[in-house]
Amino acid sequence: MQISLKVNGEAHQLQIADNALLVDVLRKQLGLTGTHVGCDTSQCGACVVHLDLRSVKSCTLLAAQTDGHEVTTIEGLADGEALHPMQEAFRDHHALQCGFCTPGMILSAIDLAQSATKLTESDVRRGIEGNICRCTGYQNIVAAVLDGARRMKA
Amino acid sequence: MAIQDHKGIGASVLRKEDRRFITGTGNYTDDIYLTGQTYAAFARSLWASARIDAVPTDKVAAMPGVLAVLTGADMAADGLGGLPCGWTVKSKDGTDMQQPEHPPLAHSMLNYVGDAFALVVAESEHEAAKAARTLEQTIQVTELTPVVSLETAASSPAIHEELSSNLCYEWEIGDKSAAQAAFAQAAHVCELELSNNRLVPNAMEPRSAIAEYSSGSGEFTIHSTSQNPHLLRLILAAFVQLAPEHKVRVIAPDVGGGFGSKIFVYAEEVAVAWASRRLLRPVRWTATRSESFLTDAHGRDHITKAELALDEQAKFLGMRVATKANLGAYLSTFGSAVPTYLYGTLMAGQYATPAIYVEVQGTFTNTCPVDAYRGAGRPEATFVVERLVETAARQLRMDPAELRRRNLIQPDQFPYQTPVALVYDTGNYEASLDKALKLADYAGFERRRREAETHGVLRGIGLSCYIEACGLAPSQLAMDLGAGVGLWESAEIRVNPTGSVSVFTGSHSHGQGHETTFAQVVSQKLGVPFEDVEVVHGDTGRLDFGLGTYGSRSIAVGGSALIRASDKIIAKGKKIAGHLLEAPPDEINFDEGVYSVPTSNQSLTFAEVAFAAYVPNNVPTDEVEPGLAEKAFYDPQNFTYPAGTHICEVEVDPKTGEVRIIKFVAVDDFGEVINPMIVEGQVHGGLTQGIGQALLEHGIYDENGQLLTGSYMDYCMPRADDVPNYVVDMTVTPCTHNPLGVKGCGEAGAIGAPAAVMNAVTRAIGRNDLSMPCTSEKVWHAIQGNAKS
Repeated sequence: MQISLKVNGEAHQLQIADNALLVDVLRKQLGLTGTHVGCDTSQCGACVVHLDLRSVKSCTLLAAQTDGHEVTTIEGLADGEALHPMQEAFRDHHALQCGFCTPGMILSAIDLAQSATKLTESDVRRGIEGNICRCTGYQNIVAAVLDGARRMKA
Repeated sequence: MAIQDHKGIGASVLRKEDRRFITGTGNYTDDIYLTGQTYAAFARSLWASARIDAVPTDKVAAMPGVLAVLTGADMAADGLGGLPCGWTVKSKDGTDMQQPEHPPLAHSMLNYVGDAFALVVAESEHEAAKAARTLEQTIQVTELTPVVSLETAASSPAIHEELSSNLCYEWEIGDKSAAQAAFAQAAHVCELELSNNRLVPNAMEPRSAIAEYSSGSGEFTIHSTSQNPHLLRLILAAFVQLAPEHKVRVIAPDVGGGFGSKIFVYAEEVAVAWASRRLLRPVRWTATRSESFLTDAHGRDHITKAELALDEQAKFLGMRVATKANLGAYLSTFGSAVPTYLYGTLMAGQYATPAIYVEVQGTFTNTCPVDAYRGAGRPEATFVVERLVETAARQLRMDPAELRRRNLIQPDQFPYQTPVALVYDTGNYEASLDKALKLADYAGFERRRREAETHGVLRGIGLSCYIEACGLAPSQLAMDLGAGVGLWESAEIRVNPTGSVSVFTGSHSHGQGHETTFAQVVSQKLGVPFEDVEVVHGDTGRLDFGLGTYGSRSIAVGGSALIRASDKIIAKGKKIAGHLLEAPPDEINFDEGVYSVPTSNQSLTFAEVAFAAYVPNNVPTDEVEPGLAEKAFYDPQNFTYPAGTHICEVEVDPKTGEVRIIKFVAVDDFGEVINPMIVEGQVHGGLTQGIGQALLEHGIYDENGQLLTGSYMDYCMPRADDVPNYVVDMTVTPCTHNPLGVKGCGEAGAIGAPAAVMNAVTRAIGRNDLSMPCTSEKVWHAIQGNAKS
């Protein structure tokens, strides 16, 4: 089937398999390999992208469902050389080690920051519960999300 | 000093590697696309133990998109060898361990659920997977009764026909009669039975491999999620006999975490490489998470009986430990060494216990192979020592901190020869204990406990004074004990004509941040701007042989090699500068990137000397070769011994059994620290894995050998709301035998944390017979006084 999909601001007409998952279309058809696959049960959150500005697990969404919608991936956050404030916060707080969970974590964090007026530490810990990180122990991620949220509002 | 002003040793420099990871431009194995690539899927055993009667491939070979169905028998017919174990452990009677055959693809016996017996190569991932699932249904087998229980494995029928029993070895260390004598004169003996739960490593990036074979040159290029690409290449050449070593290039690009699980050589990278030559097309494979659960080498899995003998003053006289260690169905690459040389040797802990005897039965079961997982043997040892000491303190009604303090090895006792082979070079255990007690407000615990009690909540505090041995060394000692590889590390420093520096290291970074810390070391040593130092790793085609990253060895061994190579660069630079400044090389000073002659005001920058090395005007090339590149191989004289005190304070809700960590303090002595920000990050991550072991994680097989915890829905990974903010601090006693004074920091958190958590929880509920992970259910039962805990 064919879908029209805007990805990181660019419009695409895509021929896809009916059962294609969004993550596979992003990674394999569009070459956007920043979105990762870390599990097969929709638990880990490495595949999180934004669908019309809200975070979704792209491993659990049929690409067909995204027809006519807009997707933002980790590759679409920076404005040229200028990083998104949440990307900066992750770097400045050493909120990543191996980097594999990072794209999904950042996209979840941005959604979290956008949907709350003020975030507490426990809001963040609960809010990123759907994203698993094995390296950092979360402490620096939580600090980064709180700081990134502040920076986004500045 | 502002964070970014100083970028040398000791500065919390932000990481060079981060930009690619936060912008989605990292290059992980599964991100690589090769023209003409094909997809492999593995057909795996659905049974824990079965004999293969037939693998009918015709039906599967005819399925849509299928290019080849390659079985274990095909692989054996092609003459490929088995997967070796890199460490031969001897039993106490002097005999070598029993080693079963370990074909990459099973051809006669299936020995655990997930054991691969064939691969299907297809035009698409979906077609390959569908065909592999079909093959799993069509294989004809005779089911056998699996051996699953570690408790009874040694006395159960042998799972490998070629072996006499399931006992791989009965290993011992220490002086049995000295320990016996110590127990004979003890005023008090404390006994404890413990289990150390099986863990699944769960690096977030699943294992992956892509192989390409060039028929023209006969060369393989293999991209693989490896912590040590040279070891993979060596084993492919020397043991699997895929191709000569110089015809194999292994690249481990960005690797998404390892924690030990990506050290080992597995069936899949062997099979895709072999298949790429059979098909003359690139073959790729990436594990699903379900495959990771079934086949990534698991960690821990011990049952232990331990005893501590104390005199009337509560001084430790002796310790005896008997452990059954589960090795799984086959010997993984270093599986034999983990519960022996990385475990029994650590049983002195931080204490001056004069007599220690440890015996370990390594046993085979029909489960996934067990090998090194973050800490590898040392968390198990710390758990034994620190649970035992804590229990003794409770039995003697002593303050657990005081009992520990009374028995610590004192600073004037170093170098300290333990009764279990190791020689600790340096440390100050009381300093880290005192600092941790202060940060934890240990003195105020009783007040907090009473306060919690008024709210109906149980509160406990637990200590863990751990030691670890890192940077496994020296090579000769390791080989005397059965290691099949040296344990040095290599470095090459190439100074480019413009003065920028390319550093090639045999260490591998998969989250540790070596591109930053190694650049800090070289930048400071050579006086070159941090931004002008590039660190290259993970490619057998670009650097000399290296031994990779595991056992917290990278900075202690790989970093020391960098210093050696830098010294050679400086020495050659002095020869060049000597000619240009018209002074003998031994009169040239080198300081902060400037060569100078003390007797004159003449000087040259590092970049000027580098340029002269490549454009040798006024440099006689018969005396000084052109170019400025040097290599070094560093073999350590001893292990390093990071140590510290972790203190955990918990609250337990007696109504639900839920455990909440209120505060966790970690004070570690890693020697000198290159980048405190990165080191603290390593501690946070390690602690979380240790807390995960204590509270949440458990790899459970049922009696049929089926893995019950095979996904993130049943295996509980720590999430952000399961763990607290940690209080991390340090003490420093520099390592005495490496040039940086460093000890390594990667595993400490996972080593110290489990005992601290369990000591806290058992104290809170007033029952000691609680096993990890102490889930709410288990804790609730224990509080109710139920037997099952």
